[in-house]
Amino acid sequence: MIAFKDILDQYQPEEILHKIKSITSRDVEQALASPNRSIWDFLALISPAAAPYLEEMAVKSRSLSLQRFGNNMQLFAPLYLSNECQNICTYCGFSLDNKVRRKTLSDAEILKEVEVLKSMGFDHVLLVTGEANKTVGLAYLKNAIKLIKPHFANVSMEVQPLDQEEYEALIPEGLHSVLVYQETYHRDTYKIHHPKGKKSNFDYRLETPDRLGKAGIHKVGLGALIGLEDWRVDSFFTALHLQYLEKKYWKTKYAISFPRLRPFSGGQEPKVVMTDRELVQLICAYRLLDPDVELSLSTRETEHFRNHVLKLGITSMSAGSKTNPGGYAVEPQSLEQFEISDERSPEAIASLLVKNGYQPVWKDWDQALQYAE
Amino acid sequence: MLTIANKTFQSRLFTGTGKFPNYTSMQEAINISESELVTVALRRVDIKGKSDDMLAHLSHPRINLLPNTSGVRTAKEAVFAAKLAAEALETNWVKLEIHPDPKYLLPDPIETLKATEELAKQGFIVLPYIHADPVLCKRLEECGAAAVMPLGSPIGSNNGLKTIDFLRIIIEQSNIPVVVDAGLGVPSHAAAAMEIGADAVLVNTAIAVAQDPVRMARAFRMAVQAGREAYECGPAAASTQAHSSSPLTEFLSL
Repeated sequence: MIAFKDILDQYQPEEILHKIKSITSRDVEQALASPNRSIWDFLALISPAAAPYLEEMAVKSRSLSLQRFGNNMQLFAPLYLSNECQNICTYCGFSLDNKVRRKTLSDAEILKEVEVLKSMGFDHVLLVTGEANKTVGLAYLKNAIKLIKPHFANVSMEVQPLDQEEYEALIPEGLHSVLVYQETYHRDTYKIHHPKGKKSNFDYRLETPDRLGKAGIHKVGLGALIGLEDWRVDSFFTALHLQYLEKKYWKTKYAISFPRLRPFSGGQEPKVVMTDRELVQLICAYRLLDPDVELSLSTRETEHFRNHVLKLGITSMSAGSKTNPGGYAVEPQSLEQFEISDERSPEAIASLLVKNGYQPVWKDWDQALQYAE
Repeated sequence: MLTIANKTFQSRLFTGTGKFPNYTSMQEAINISESELVTVALRRVDIKGKSDDMLAHLSHPRINLLPNTSGVRTAKEAVFAAKLAAEALETNWVKLEIHPDPKYLLPDPIETLKATEELAKQGFIVLPYIHADPVLCKRLEECGAAAVMPLGSPIGSNNGLKTIDFLRIIIEQSNIPVVVDAGLGVPSHAAAAMEIGADAVLVNTAIAVAQDPVRMARAFRMAVQAGREAYECGPAAASTQAHSSSPLTEFLSL
């Protein structure tokens, strides 16, 4: 079967931009009416021509999400283990050229953070690090998962891309999901924002979900960092990637995130700004394309936005997040990766969900389900 | 009355616990449904904690818990999960769900057969969730399944009895109870399943996601009762032709 790299290279970003401009309301209506939407229907739904149809999209998206996921919202929290990083990324607070104190949590510190997260009610945790193979390489991650596994029903990870064998070593330890965002699918733009470090290798990152699929991971999270490139073009490629992966690694579940570039000290201004209205359009379009894909919303977004968009297709939310290592207990003042916007406590988010007729789901996995001999 | 393994049931409506807006509406819906067998996903239960909120809402003398293995992808994982569920929920009943495909949640027949055989040997009451495959149902029966749970259409799809022709064959051939599971979207789907002779149905999404889950649960209860009663009455055969009231061959006996 053809590799995703070859599929991606069949399309020029400029050609997709041009296509988006030529979409008419007729195309949008057809896409809305279709019982089985294609990637081209998705493109129509994220186009400016679909803007007047936003309410209709939202109604459809909500009903599809309810049918497939019920009145449930998965809650999780990130646990930043380290801000050490050998990469230069123009938009990230952990970038190598950002002169800040670096911190990697010790075993005792990890357990202190775990204790706080547990007291907040979390049972799903997302481990996050920068990319620094000497300090937070395979051995560190393996140890961290071993340490954390007895305390959480579900352990996910958002760290540097690894080799297939490395994933194969972590999955039996209790790793359930891996998030790896391509940031942008535009090769030239990617080069500009990732000038140094292992992350500058576009193709190695692009093929990470393949390595994860081959390793038999339960869930892969995809996404583009919105603001680096035209969001419509990048979202089109994200959807294309999703469709490729779903066909090829059919035992794996997929989730999509749509992080909008957030300010941090000394950081990059977004090249393209995406409005709230446009983000709602994108969320609904993903749901209309794929009723089963998980859609995740972080605390980057504002209270007001999260209060309302939770009903439109989102299936998981983080709450009370700290984006700095030690942020919950050990060293609350250390440098954060980005500023969060919705600072409400997990308890407040849970009662917001209840008020909206949603059941906050703290646990939707069990280590017993991925039992390995 | 319906009997599965050594247990008898007044109600032929089995229910689930997922997707409800809150535990109170889940509890009320299950109560009004009169369901006596309620499936619970191991993944959703806090088996390590002392008290699980969901289980607390299911504590009723009429309700028997049916743990399911949703999330496992192989027979080995299913057997392990079933044992854990048995310990945590103190029951040897298990609904075997092995769907390696997370999109449509369609069951893996090969792994399901293997796990059924193993768990039945170990003394479990196994109710496997499967595609509406008549041969697979016979194979499951032979290796000790207590009932079979063929699907009407994919889980959560609300598409009704898309597999009806195969369900008829399964019902005709089965020596163990047939529980139509998955895809029943409205009460008429459940009634139709009962009319063709299903022993019971399992309904979750259609109740949990309804605007009023409690009234929808009652509607399903009535539909299942009506469908069963109609089946027991031996419905008149449907026909597109009118029947002559004085038979054409009557002259022969004159």
